[in-house]
Amino acid sequence: MTADSTPSSPSPSPTSPPRIVTAHWGRPDSWTLESYLDHGGYTALRRAVGVHPEEVTAQVLTANLLGRGGAGFEAGRKWSMLRKAPTRYLVVNGDESEPATFKDHMLIETNPHQIVEGVVITAYAIQATQAFIYVRGEFALGIERMTQAVNEAYAHGAIGNDVFGSGFSLDVVVHSGAGAYICGDETGLLESLEGKRGFPRIKPPYFPAVMGLYNEPTIVNNVETMSNIPWILNNSGRSFADLGQGRSTGTRLFALSGHVKNPGNYEVEMVKTTFRDLIFDPQLGGGVRDDNAVKAFIPGGASSYWFGPDLLDTPLGQEEVGKLGSMLGSGSIVVMDDTTCMVRAAWRLVRFFARESCGQCTPCREGAGWLEKILRRIEVGSGREEDLDLLLDVCDNIAPGLTWPPKQTTICPLGPSIPSPVNSAIRMFKDEFLVHIKEGACPYA
Amino acid sequence: MPRLTAANERRARDTVGLYPKARSALIPLLHLCQEQDGHLTPEALEHVADLLDLTPAEVIGTASFYDMLFTEPVGKYLVSVCTNIACLLGGGYELLEHAEERLGVTTGQTSADGSFTLEEVECIAYCDKAPCLAVNWRFFGPLTNNGFDQLIEDLEADRLAADVPAHGTLCRVRREGGLRVTPAQIDKERQAMDAAIAERKAVADQVKARADEAKAKDEETAAQDKAAEDKAAEDKAAEDKAAQDRDKVQQAKEAAADQGQAAQPEETGPQPDQAAEGEQATAQVEAASEGAAEAEKNAEGKGRA
Repeated sequence: MTADSTPSSPSPSPTSPPRIVTAHWGRPDSWTLESYLDHGGYTALRRAVGVHPEEVTAQVLTANLLGRGGAGFEAGRKWSMLRKAPTRYLVVNGDESEPATFKDHMLIETNPHQIVEGVVITAYAIQATQAFIYVRGEFALGIERMTQAVNEAYAHGAIGNDVFGSGFSLDVVVHSGAGAYICGDETGLLESLEGKRGFPRIKPPYFPAVMGLYNEPTIVNNVETMSNIPWILNNSGRSFADLGQGRSTGTRLFALSGHVKNPGNYEVEMVKTTFRDLIFDPQLGGGVRDDNAVKAFIPGGASSYWFGPDLLDTPLGQEEVGKLGSMLGSGSIVVMDDTTCMVRAAWRLVRFFARESCGQCTPCREGAGWLEKILRRIEVGSGREEDLDLLLDVCDNIAPGLTWPPKQTTICPLGPSIPSPVNSAIRMFKDEFLVHIKEGACPYA
Repeated sequence: MPRLTAANERRARDTVGLYPKARSALIPLLHLCQEQDGHLTPEALEHVADLLDLTPAEVIGTASFYDMLFTEPVGKYLVSVCTNIACLLGGGYELLEHAEERLGVTTGQTSADGSFTLEEVECIAYCDKAPCLAVNWRFFGPLTNNGFDQLIEDLEADRLAADVPAHGTLCRVRREGGLRVTPAQIDKERQAMDAAIAERKAVADQVKARADEAKAKDEETAAQDKAAEDKAAEDKAAEDKAAQDRDKVQQAKEAAADQGQAAQPEETGPQPDQAAEGEQATAQVEAASEGAAEAEKNAEGKGRA
């Protein structure tokens, strides 16, 4: 008996919980109907159409499945809020475009049938008239596989007239976007689906559950949210709620990128896994490139406030990250090591917002452009000392008070997200800005 | 210049048939135009406007919003290099610089032979393969400079034709068949299910109301029982107190009588301190009597309540 044979403290084992959305990954031809059926595909749909729609909703409510698109609103509650009207739609948001978020892309390419199954179950629960799967235009292979999956599902009797002999009929249409980040906003997406520019709508009154597609009540759910539905029906909402902790139930697919040894998508149990686990566990991120130190990391997409290495032990939970002044958002984590120029990183993220602003609201349209220009001149060595105050002043005009969550001055959340990288970088790395300005050059160039 | 060919016009009409409102087919139709011509020609845009009963301005208004739709010719291969955060950290700008050199163009331009258009794009969701790029929206990464050169060579030699169709062809899988369910069928099913749900809800509400009523009744009974118990306990307490008070009165009276009797044989008149004692005793009697009366009154009052 030696003291070394057991670890001094029980280490969390982030890979032990069930794989829900990635269960079929890695199998040959995982995107085909044949492969999906070989591994229990469409049994959840048969189960669902065999019970009352209200019971399906009840399971999802029990699961406390938080929407996986970024806002994290409870899916079952969203369904319950749908305005009762003769016509109502289900629209699935597969327009993933948040920088460094690549989980839906892989879900669509790897297992489109799981999404289709979730879609038909959800459509049954809300008794939708028709369902649309909106796939980001750039995902060419994803659109092909999703189209193929829908074709196969019709042939299999999972979509169309009298689904599996249940008396429930439904049509599903795969719709491709054409390149616009803003269409990831649910009302921007609906405008796009109506054949218009992707201008987000003013809420109220345009809450989709009340006035959505063609002004009819509409549920808009994310691709990953849909991928969880079959498992919940097969295993019960209770089993799903038993995973994770507190409000953040189940597993979640995190997209890890940047300076890590093994970038990729990892499905881990929420809350019970920390950022440190995700980045350093040999079976997950495997540590930082060249074993460098973590300088900062982005915890939930370009719109979230950055964290320093002191917050690596934060659990991957919606509330846990929220109370530290940022968000888990789209579930994408970007690691920046100590060779990274933070001015350049902030500039590139702001440039993204400047290019993707739809142009409807002045604070966003003008503010993003100004911030981008000021950051660029600092990065190339033409910055002025007063630029730091100017940056913060512009940020404050876009999101007054620079609070978290940000105050809204615009129709959609894109604008108020722009200050996140700017304010993060200035707050955490002010010296680096000053060096750029004083030396008239980027010290990392 | 070409409008949509007859075959593509049929595809366009089939696509329109998938949506409750024709305009929803606009973006898919614009993709179809690009599949046919590589970019959006004015004639094709007009044709689409006709098919959807829109003005050309409405069509161009939508088309100009989206990055993937081109109103100017693009090369056979659209090379889209990502430089957003994950690729920035992985060398995306260095890759873009190399691409400019290799293709002999600056970003945004098309090579002289019309083969390649180079563009810088926002995140294409391939971040675990940074630095990455797309060719006609087929993804490649992570790419070194040599890897990039090899890719271009393969494209030039037509070795990737199976993976990378010409620009504009987004989806090579066609939807099989239009909508299968008639609107009338959907209406019938949904109305029937809505009615069934409403009925179940009414029944559930009724059951719940009945349960609530029964529960309320039970609670009322329990409350009554408890009130009765409380009353009994209070009555008993009041009675006990009254009895005690009566005892006190009796004792006080006896004490007063004793004191009065004891004083007389010795003195003709009461001694000042004895008289004071006597008065005190009388006062005690009175107080005790009042207490008893009050206790009785209280007991009565509570009994009535």
